[in-house]
Amino acid sequence: MFTTNHFAELSATISPSVMQAYVILMVLLVAGGTLFDVIHKQSAKYFFRKGKKSEQNAVRNVSGGEKVSLAVKTTVSDVLTSSEFCNPKRRVAHLLGMYGFVIYLIATIVMVFADPASADSPGIWPFLWAVGALMVCVGGYWFWFFIRVDVSSEGQSPFRVIRADLFILSLLASVTFGLIWAFTQSSGGGVWSMIFLGLYLIATTVLFAGVPWSKFSHMFFKPAAAYQKKVAVANGALDNLPRVADRTDPEDRDRHSMELLKDAPLNMGLGIKREQPRHY
Amino acid sequence: MPTFVYMTSCDGCGHCVDICPSDIMHIDPTYRRAYNIEPDMCWECYSCVKACPQNAIDARGYADFAPLGHSVRVRRDEEKGTISWRVKFRNGTEKNFLSPITTKPWGTGYPELKDEPAPSNEMRDSQHLYSEPKYIRMDDGDVHTLESNKLKMKLGVYY
Ligand code: SF4
Ligand code: SF4
Repeated sequence: MFTTNHFAELSATISPSVMQAYVILMVLLVAGGTLFDVIHKQSAKYFFRKGKKSEQNAVRNVSGGEKVSLAVKTTVSDVLTSSEFCNPKRRVAHLLGMYGFVIYLIATIVMVFADPASADSPGIWPFLWAVGALMVCVGGYWFWFFIRVDVSSEGQSPFRVIRADLFILSLLASVTFGLIWAFTQSSGGGVWSMIFLGLYLIATTVLFAGVPWSKFSHMFFKPAAAYQKKVAVANGALDNLPRVADRTDPEDRDRHSMELLKDAPLNMGLGIKREQPRHY
Repeated sequence: MPTFVYMTSCDGCGHCVDICPSDIMHIDPTYRRAYNIEPDMCWECYSCVKACPQNAIDARGYADFAPLGHSVRVRRDEEKGTISWRVKFRNGTEKNFLSPITTKPWGTGYPELKDEPAPSNEMRDSQHLYSEPKYIRMDDGDVHTLESNKLKMKLGVYY
C-alpha cells in the first residue's frame, strides 16, 4: 500500500488522460469557486476598504522594505506555523491537517501525472501520499470529535452537521476513502476497491467543487487578512485597538492607575490561558 | 454597555463562553463564532472583553455618553498585568485609559494574610476558592447545613 502507485494500477481500467483531465478540472473548479466566492461575498471590496481605513488612521508610514519583512513574517508565523490559534491543541490539529493535505495533494498530482513506465516511478510518492492522508485523518478527526468549539465549549453532539462542515467533512471523506481504496486495491482489488474508488471520487469532487459553499478558500484569504493585521500594528492604526501598555516605559509606569501595580511582578503568569475553556 | 462580538475577528476559542457569569456568551451554532445571545441580560462585567485573546469583543456604549458611531475597544496583556481601553467618539475625540489587572503578590492586598502560607500552585489551579475546602468542610463528607450542625442564623445582615 505504501509502495505502489495506485493511480498507475488504476490506469488498467481508467485511462491516464481521463485522470489527468479530472485533476485539471478540480484545479479549475477551485480557482473558479474562489473567484466566485470573492465576488459574491464582496470580501475583496471589504478587505481593501479596511486596508484604506488603516492607512488613513496610520500614525507612521510603513516602508516598502518593512512591508516585505511583514509579508515574510506572516508567511513564517501565520501560514507555516498557524500562530493564529491560541489553543495549542487546535494549532497542532491544524498543522497536521494543513501539512498532511499539502503532501497528499502534491503526491496525488505527481502520481497521476507520472509516467508509470519511467525508471524512478513511483519512488517515495505513494508513501508520502499515505502519510499525508493519515496526517489529515489524525488532525481532522481529533478536531471533529474533540476540539470543535461547539463540541468542546457548548457541549453539542459531535454528530451534528451544518453547512460550515462541508469543507472538513469532504476533506476527511476524501482522504479516508482514498486510504481505504488504496488498501482494498493493494489487497486484491475486486468489487470493494471499485466501491471505495467511487466514494473517493465523489468526496474529492465535493471537496473541490464545493468551494463557493465551503470554507476552502480560507487558505487564500486568511494569510491576506493576517498580513493586513500586521500592517495595521506596524503603522500604528491598530484596527482601533489601544496600544498595549508597556510597564517598563516610565510614561506608562507612572500613569495614575498604575500605582496599584507598582510592586507587582512584571510577568503575572498565564491567568485564564492556563486552562482550556471547557466549563460549560 | 452590553458587549458584542466582531465575528470576523473571533476564532471560536470559547474563553468568553467559559467566563461569562451570566451565561449569555454562546457559540453561534451556524458559524461557530461567539455572540452575546441576550445583551439585555449582560452584567456588563467585561470579563469576556478582557478574556478574549483575539480582541474580538467590544462594548456598546450608551447613547448619552457615546452617541452612535463611537467605539470602545480594549486590549489586555495578562502577563504584564495591564488593560488598556480606547474610547473613540464619533467626532474623532479619543480617550485612552490604562488600568492594572489587580493581581498582587500574596499578602499585599490583604495584609492580614501575610502570615498565612501562600497557596501552592496546585491550589491556584484548583476550581475551589481559597479556604473553600476547609470552610465548607468538604473532607468531612456530606453536605453541611445550619440545621445539620444545629446552628441558627442570627438576625442582621450577613456578607
Ligand atoms: S460583559 Fe460579562 S455578563 Fe456581559 S457577556 Fe461579557 S462576561 Fe457575560
Ligand atoms: S473569547 Fe474571543 S475569540 Fe474566543 S470565542 Fe469569545 S469572542 Fe471568540
